Amino acid sequence: MNGPLLTVEDLAVGFPAAGGFVRAVNGVSLSLSAGERVGIAGESGAGKSVTALAIMGLLPVPPTVVTGAVRHRGKDLLTMRERDLRLVRGRSIAMIFQDPVTCLNPRLSVGRQVVEAIRAHEPVSRREARGQAIELLGRAGIPAPARRFDDYPHTFSGGMAQRVMIAIALSCGPEIVLADEPTTALDVTIEAQIVDLLVELCDEQQAAVMFITHDLALLARFADRILVMYGGRIMEQAPAPTIFRRTAHPYTRGLLSSVVRPDGAGGARLATIPGAPPSPLALPPGCPFHPRCVHAVERCRTEVPLLLDVSSAEHRCACHLAAELTPFDAAQPDPLGIRP
Amino acid sequence: MGTSQTAHLVRRVLYLVPTWLGLSLLAFVLGNVAPGDPGRAFFTRTRGRPPTPEELALVREQFNLDDPLLVRFGHWVLDAMRGDLGTSFSTRRPVTEELLSRFPATLQLAVAAMVVALVIALPVGIVAALHRNRLIDQALRAASMLGASMPGFFLAYLLIIVFSVKLGLLPAIGRGGLENLLMPALALGLGESAVLARLMRSSLLEVLGENYVRTARAKGLPGWKVVLRHGVGNSLGAVVTEAALTFGFLLAFSAIIEQIFVWPGIGRLVLEAITQRDYPVIQGFVVFAGTVFVLLNLVVDLIYVRLDPRVNLGSRRSLRGDLGSRDG
Repeated sequence: MNGPLLTVEDLAVGFPAAGGFVRAVNGVSLSLSAGERVGIAGESGAGKSVTALAIMGLLPVPPTVVTGAVRHRGKDLLTMRERDLRLVRGRSIAMIFQDPVTCLNPRLSVGRQVVEAIRAHEPVSRREARGQAIELLGRAGIPAPARRFDDYPHTFSGGMAQRVMIAIALSCGPEIVLADEPTTALDVTIEAQIVDLLVELCDEQQAAVMFITHDLALLARFADRILVMYGGRIMEQAPAPTIFRRTAHPYTRGLLSSVVRPDGAGGARLATIPGAPPSPLALPPGCPFHPRCVHAVERCRTEVPLLLDVSSAEHRCACHLAAELTPFDAAQPDPLGIRP
Repeated sequence: MGTSQTAHLVRRVLYLVPTWLGLSLLAFVLGNVAPGDPGRAFFTRTRGRPPTPEELALVREQFNLDDPLLVRFGHWVLDAMRGDLGTSFSTRRPVTEELLSRFPATLQLAVAAMVVALVIALPVGIVAALHRNRLIDQALRAASMLGASMPGFFLAYLLIIVFSVKLGLLPAIGRGGLENLLMPALALGLGESAVLARLMRSSLLEVLGENYVRTARAKGLPGWKVVLRHGVGNSLGAVVTEAALTFGFLLAFSAIIEQIFVWPGIGRLVLEAITQRDYPVIQGFVVFAGTVFVLLNLVVDLIYVRLDPRVNLGSRRSLRGDLGSRDG
């Protein structure tokens, strides 16, 4: 492939809320190549979902203020007219969301909602669309799809509803699928099934996936590249193995340390990051992570660190101390001695 | 429709019985604690002079007014079960016949007013919601505030002054063709449209914030399809309930407008009956009004099953309160 499919340049998103102006995303740049699987990890409020919604043009503008650029096939989606943007949505870029049951219209049958997605972009008859929808539902792992076609969403479990959402997202063969915490509201046992299904179907269709999650460990299953976000900024980005084996950012280390390890490595107690993520209403000056960072120095409180190359252009980190801290290897037990 | 739903409908119809009994008992009691003597009123009206004590006694006997209240109530209930709501004191015609002969006029007016209300309310509410907090929304909200707070009789006189007196375009009174229907329908419907428009606006705004609307947009559906199919389609529940309630009010409480436009409907019949202390007619009307509301509740239930597949009448998992519990 020549060049990325999608490029986000210096994206910033803010909106007025009770208590002030929320700065949800503060200068995010990223790119996505054809067929690539990119994971975005971070705690709630890190700006992950808002980034995805901004790419899709699903934020209410105004009152939301979106600056920067989202380039796709030579066009900036942010300045595109709504009627042109709708031809991109669903056809070139599809999205699936958290809490799938609420994402389906309770008043319409599941099949009709898949048919609707097909007919939004393909000039096919209702009957043809019905056939395609049943096939899609079947591929998404809905048992007896022809029989389930006319059923309503409230008769579907969360996992089944997310399968329907995946069928809808893939209905027009998109080149990019944005998955915004698609398994967060689901049972842990269902989580792996849904993730595997999504990755498998996207691979079949050669669609790129941008998978948003708060669970960094989940991304280890499939992601080619991982971006870690905090306070509306990218803190670290690297190919997946590098993130886990040569972790550079103290925040990423914190995220990795707070993962429950099946082998019991890392000691009896689970490490947590002290404090809470900053309110996007009042981001701290300097590095947004400094109030919670054990390594923070004076410079971190005043100067926003830039996202700079660590060892290669592929591994970048936004930390003043990145060069000084020993790289962290999540595979080693307690590499930083931070666990009691 | 499942058997549990059929059972629910049967139960709803059976609700009519206690509703009727309660309402007519109330009408009976209120009529009897109110000052004045229906026998005297009848005599005075028909003969043009007050009755002598002997004449009064005769009239009271004729109408069984001397029986105890409960006895008269019992008689009335037994007759009502045979479809006989008694005889009007003033016209000596059966009350059932009086009500039925006036019903078409009232129904016609109520339907016309409802059409006026919905034709205005739905587009206004949708447009206002889509332009939330912008100038057009503010203007429509101001207009609907005005519409909701303007009494129907005031609007009625305003219409008569403009269209009948000044312009001479429309007849001020009576029932006949469309030109007779226009002003009373507007006077009745406009105020209701304001209420319905505000409800349409608020429920559409609520629905437009739902996750499935975001899904619909993410599919790349055209904006109008998102708004109509996923937005309006899903916000009609509240509007339908309110519209049914409104229709009940239009049928049962259009007396003032009927009086102003000399519209020969049930409202005017009742006004006359009240001034003449014509209890059988008043009671008959109370039963009529109660029936209207119970039946409309039933209709709303049926519409709900169509509107929302999650509603299962049998288990009473309704998404709304009953009509009567609002303020009936």
